[in-house]
Amino acid sequence: MSKQQNSMMEWIDKRFPLTATWKAHLSEYYAPKNFNFWYYFGSLALLVLVNQLLTGIFLTMSYKPDASMAFASVEYIMRDVDLGWLIRYMHSTGASMFFVVVYLHMFRGMLYGSYRKPRELLWLIGMAIFFVLMSLAFTGYILPWGQMSYWGAQVIVSMFGAIPVIGDTLSNWILGDFMLSDAALNRFFAYHVVTLPWLIVVLVFVHIIALHETGSNNPDGIEIKANKNPDTGIPVDGIPFHPYYTVKDIFGVIGFLIVFCGIIFFAPEMGGYFLEDNNFIPANPLHTPDHIAPVWYFTPYYSMLRAVTVNFLGVDAKLWGVILMAAAVVIFCFLPWLDRSPVKSIRYKGPYFKFALTLFVISFFVLGWLGTKSPTPLYTLLAQIFTVIYFAFFLLMPWYSKIDKTKPEPKNVTK
Amino acid sequence: MTDSGDNGKMSGRRRFLLAATSVAGVVAGAGVATPFLRSMMPSERAKAAGAPIDIDISKLEPGMLLTAEWRGKPVWILKRTSEMLDDLKKLNDKLADPDSQRDQQPSYAQNPTRSIKPEILVVLGVCTHLGCSPVYRKDIAPADLGPDWLGGFFCPCHGSKFDLAGRVYKNVPAPSNLVVPPYTYLSDSRLLVGSDSKESA
Ligand code: HEM
Ligand code: FES
Repeated sequence: MSKQQNSMMEWIDKRFPLTATWKAHLSEYYAPKNFNFWYYFGSLALLVLVNQLLTGIFLTMSYKPDASMAFASVEYIMRDVDLGWLIRYMHSTGASMFFVVVYLHMFRGMLYGSYRKPRELLWLIGMAIFFVLMSLAFTGYILPWGQMSYWGAQVIVSMFGAIPVIGDTLSNWILGDFMLSDAALNRFFAYHVVTLPWLIVVLVFVHIIALHETGSNNPDGIEIKANKNPDTGIPVDGIPFHPYYTVKDIFGVIGFLIVFCGIIFFAPEMGGYFLEDNNFIPANPLHTPDHIAPVWYFTPYYSMLRAVTVNFLGVDAKLWGVILMAAAVVIFCFLPWLDRSPVKSIRYKGPYFKFALTLFVISFFVLGWLGTKSPTPLYTLLAQIFTVIYFAFFLLMPWYSKIDKTKPEPKNVTK
Repeated sequence: MTDSGDNGKMSGRRRFLLAATSVAGVVAGAGVATPFLRSMMPSERAKAAGAPIDIDISKLEPGMLLTAEWRGKPVWILKRTSEMLDDLKKLNDKLADPDSQRDQQPSYAQNPTRSIKPEILVVLGVCTHLGCSPVYRKDIAPADLGPDWLGGFFCPCHGSKFDLAGRVYKNVPAPSNLVVPPYTYLSDSRLLVGSDSKESA
């Protein structure tokens, strides 16, 4: 640095801890040296978040949150706004990729036990982000006011109506009307562009602060802070985040962007999975499309909703379906306490855990696939079986993770 | 607490003030939240909408379904054939509430056909599960609905089934029969939906 720059930095540092922040979070923030492929997804989620915020602002410039104009304004963006189609596809593809990236990010946590002590709060903040992300996706999907927007919203809002006693008042309060109408579209727009983006940005900030307090976990699931160089106080297995991981993450970004652009330019609708065919038809409150399914990232939960067809314990199937669906998401919050294994990482866990995790992944995919299909008696039965497996993974975990035959953890991280 | 005196205990006075301030804070918070929450309830304009509608059914053929809009929701008017009415009786043991015990209809529609005139069914085309609009499937025993299907309504969203009186089948996600709105006949060919007093037409 030149002399001027130095005194400039000094001037700033006396007023704002710029150098100290840079060091604490980048150049002298020590991360485990054995990060692998799975550790790309946090930074990729940040990238997608920025993409959503940026493209979202520009979509807002041409979109109209009015039930009589919304559909046409989206067509206008696609056809008449210069490169409007590109901005819209960046946003819609970004929404799906957000879920791809976040699901993989969460799965990494399950592989390496990242949710376990001392990262329980980090995991819970992550779950809060996940809830906000789901709400963002839901409110965003309503905005084009196509058939899928309308009927998807109808189904989701009706779930609140299933709550005993307060259900009806609650759904009128949510809708601002006695049915799904312009009032709801207008307020969902407010949530989608103001409330929820704000919330998610704040939560992501808090997520990173919590991460930097505990430090990252790693594929071996051992604490690098437990083994510090006695002279420097730096973890033996740590390397500075900058430049090592900034460069590694840029590599991940390049790989991601290749896929991302491929989708935007060659398959923006992804065969009806990212943008559904029926949403190219304007909303019609009198006619539900013959085949309705949510966007792919909600289909596993949607399958569970309709898997419940019997009343029990004096509660009807409808309410059970809603409870089960909510429980399927919330249950991730309990992972830090359900896992009783003496080791964190899958590398040292035993056959029971590996088997359970494999079954869980299979059931997640099968439920997801079933959620895209029309219900038939066979499919409903399959959905019921895999819903049981899904929940068994969590509910039996305290038992199988404890009695499992684990391998000893190494003292230092391995390759 | 740093200001809690020498022995580390809070004085009774300080504890009281703290509790009183907290209570006042909660009350004020609830007060401030009220206008925001209230502003989200259906507006006066939304409440005023929803007048009854007058429907001409003179062109309705047997077996035909007519869809009208009332309060933004589909209202179905189905003219059932005599076979359809006969089939209704065969289904009772497959249905969750065959005798319409649950309060899903006005008293004048709490009968085997769930209607004022046996052949004319008037129901809201809104699934009692999560609000989709079911599909009218009058075909007998189609491949997807199985050999026992005698015609009815199938909800594409989560597979609930209703018969031609809007009665829900057992073991489907929907808990109750389709809702029969208040309605009355203004003449043989004119229906009023949304009110059962002729004066409001
Ligand atoms: C907008 C969404 C999210 C963003 C931008 C984000 C960002 C990040 C970043 C940058 C990291 C460090 C890099 C890495 O470990 O990959 C991280 C770590 C972590 N995140 Fe997230 N995250 C998001 C959502 C979530 C969700 C939904 C969960 C789980 C419920 C979660 C749980 C975790 C955990 C447990 C770690 C530490 C992992 C470890 O050290 O092994 N995050 N996050
Ligand atoms: S809305 Fe009809 S079955 Fe769910």
